[in-house]
Amino acid sequence: MDFRLTDDQEALRRGMRQLLDRRFGPTALHQAADPLAHHAPSEDLARLWRQLGEAGLFSLRADESAGGVGLGLPEAVLVFEEAGRALLPGPLVATHLAGGWGLVPGAAEGRAVVTAMDAGPPSSGLTSPPAGAVPDNTLVEHLEAADAVLVVGDGEVRLLETTGSDLDETVKDSEQADNLPAAAPVRSVDPLSPLHRVTDRPSPGSRTAAENRQGGLRNGLQGRRRGVEGMRKGLEEGAAREVGEGLGERLPTVDADVLRREAGVLTAAQQLGSAHRTLELAVGYAREREQFGRPIGTFQAVQHLCAGMLVRAETARSAVYAAAATREDEEMCAAKLLADEAATSNARDCLQVFGGMGFTWEAEVHLHLKRAWLRAEQWVTSVAAEEKLATALL
Amino acid sequence: MDLTRTPEEEDFRARLRTWLARELPTLPPRPDPLDWPARRAYDMDWQHRLHRAGYAGLHWPRDAGGQGATPTQHLIFLEETEAAGAPYVGAGFVGLLHAGPTIAAEGTPEQRARWLPPILRGDQVWCQGFSEPDAGSDLASLRTRAVRDGDHYVVTGSKIWTSHAEVADWCELLVRTDPDAPRHRGLTWLALPMDAPGVTVRPLRTLAGSTEFAEVFLDEVRVPVTHRVGDENDGWRVTMVTLSFERGTAFVGEVVACRRTLRLLAQHARKTGRWDDAVLRRRLGRLNAEFTALWRLIQWNVSEAAHGLRNGGTGVPAENGSLFKLRYSHARQELYEVAAAALGPDALDLTQEWTRERLSSLSYTIAAGTSQIQHTILAERVLGLPKGR
Ligand SMILES: Cc1cc2nc3c(=O)[nH]c(=O)nc-3n(C[C@H](O)[C@H](O)[C@H](O)COP(=O)(O)OP(=O)(O)OC[C@H]3O[C@@H](n4cnc5c(N)ncnc54)[C@H](O)[C@@H]3O)c2cc1C
Repeated sequence: MDFRLTDDQEALRRGMRQLLDRRFGPTALHQAADPLAHHAPSEDLARLWRQLGEAGLFSLRADESAGGVGLGLPEAVLVFEEAGRALLPGPLVATHLAGGWGLVPGAAEGRAVVTAMDAGPPSSGLTSPPAGAVPDNTLVEHLEAADAVLVVGDGEVRLLETTGSDLDETVKDSEQADNLPAAAPVRSVDPLSPLHRVTDRPSPGSRTAAENRQGGLRNGLQGRRRGVEGMRKGLEEGAAREVGEGLGERLPTVDADVLRREAGVLTAAQQLGSAHRTLELAVGYAREREQFGRPIGTFQAVQHLCAGMLVRAETARSAVYAAAATREDEEMCAAKLLADEAATSNARDCLQVFGGMGFTWEAEVHLHLKRAWLRAEQWVTSVAAEEKLATALL
Repeated sequence: MDLTRTPEEEDFRARLRTWLARELPTLPPRPDPLDWPARRAYDMDWQHRLHRAGYAGLHWPRDAGGQGATPTQHLIFLEETEAAGAPYVGAGFVGLLHAGPTIAAEGTPEQRARWLPPILRGDQVWCQGFSEPDAGSDLASLRTRAVRDGDHYVVTGSKIWTSHAEVADWCELLVRTDPDAPRHRGLTWLALPMDAPGVTVRPLRTLAGSTEFAEVFLDEVRVPVTHRVGDENDGWRVTMVTLSFERGTAFVGEVVACRRTLRLLAQHARKTGRWDDAVLRRRLGRLNAEFTALWRLIQWNVSEAAHGLRNGGTGVPAENGSLFKLRYSHARQELYEVAAAALGPDALDLTQEWTRERLSSLSYTIAAGTSQIQHTILAERVLGLPKGR
């Protein structure tokens, strides 16, 4: 056992930090979040995706024989930690999984934007959707920019395209086509993460079930086609893949639980990066800002807020790294739970240290808090993690 | 980021398991928790058995009488002894977990040869005489005086909250040798024999009803200069070494114990039906995450310390031992709060072990430096915030 990072891992982390400084540094972040600037979010994301694809972010864990980098989950965690620190937007986890597992052609290279829906077993107390369906109110990020959606269900993984494809005919013929979800845009709390809400029922802004039957998810969206030729080709060749049962194409080559666990760890890694960033921001500000004739960092009330942030971030770090190294479900739940807490609470405390400045749009801290809230809702939520960890004690 | 175990380490685990299975049934019955002399005898008997079997001072360096085991072996030892329900260090806490390691790191070869073997054999119990009535958090303000007289120090003053003083043979004693120097520069770390003339111990009762700690009065006690660890007036630095061990590693074994308690709690809640309470269940789940992470944090710290040792470092835990201590003391208190919720009205019954543990857990955010002090240490020494006034 030697828990410390290897020299290669340290170098990877440094490299990623430098890359993100160039590709998505603080200026880019502020521009992306500027409510007055003109944005073309889907195109911006497509461009960013190609750059990240070139850098290997999405092929990091793909086999070298398949043109990937061949690294493991611990390395991916370090890279995602940096992404979380920089508040890199987009469905990073879903595209990385699609690229690493070879689920969507073009994903590994950043040519296809892949997002995901967690349609897993509901946590206790909530009613279960019919088999193969996506639970109502599931949120999907960056749906408009996406070329494909991974639906990680209860025991199975399916793939939806967001534009017309070979899938249409199958879907029309399917008896369970009523299960196809529609999606309505949500005014996302995070300015950098557009969201859609999945609903089976017709509601303002979404299509009816009858319209859905015409073409599945794509009809609920104003999705655009981009760079999906490879994907379509891949689907045509995909003899090994089953199609049917209503909700997109089933991908039998990948285990839903494994995918969800990896998604949980990588999301936790982003939370961890964010938690360390807000700590750093708070400490920096506490050193500089003066009141009563001295830096506010000399006040014990401020010092203790910062120390508490350090404890949360470092405790979460051990849990996240251990989850990546062991790949165990219990470790992943612990990692997600503690990293969610570290990211949200550290952003709150950072905001407090910044005073009135913390309440402005201009300060970076609100972006961290909002993203942390979003990530906390993704993959393994606190209720689900706590219930699982409780049951594991028996 | 390697958490795997080597075949040798798994082999070590197997041998230890076999030994525990043979040894534990031969232990005497557990003593009354309030009877400290009986507890000392019991704890020292266990240490004696560990020593005979070659498990004493497992991860101590060989030149300190240890076995030079890998940090992983040490953690395996803690996991296995706990899983088997073996006794805990108990009265051996100070000697084995911070006075001993301090002597190993800072003592002369003669001092190591004199004090370490009896600690490892389970022959001698140590206690810690740092705090005074007017010097708790502000330890450097302590007033117990040591005046040099030939090859002796003459020590006068008083100590308080000295755990296990009643049953201890030796005391790691912090005294002021230069009253004119700046506070931190006039202190010295001495080994005091508790049977020296002029030492009076008056037990204090804790809120749990135990005479676990005591006041220690020192009236012109003569301590040979050869009992000084580190240089004269360099005691603050030596004390930081002691506190690093106390905060960074001494509680590591307890984390394993807490994880076991947590599982027992869940089973208990299941039996009594309280498991159906989602609030209780979720608190148990969160504690599971907490202790899982603490265990991983320990592995991280141990890896760092082992790396330091390999590179000629001291093996003394780094300052963020305070980070572990802080998080752990709150987790332990939450554990026994949840235990009380799982017990219901039984939480008011002092014959319940968890009721007694709930009481004793109240000291965790105070002893070995309060939580407020740990926060300040992290802010100023780890985060580098400007010193408060
Ligand atoms: C069970 C138990 C066992 C112990 N065993 C030993 C032992 O074996 N040997 C030994 O030497 N000591 C021992 N102690 C003593 C322990 O180290 C002290 O109690 C502790 O350091 C706090 O000192 P104090 O009790 O004087 O509290 P004080 O220092 O008076 O603190 C009182 C309160 O004020 C706060 N406070 C004080 N200073 C500051 C500050 N600068 N900033 C913010 N808040 C502050 C504290 O956090 C606390 O809440 C033991 C204590 C307990 C409870």
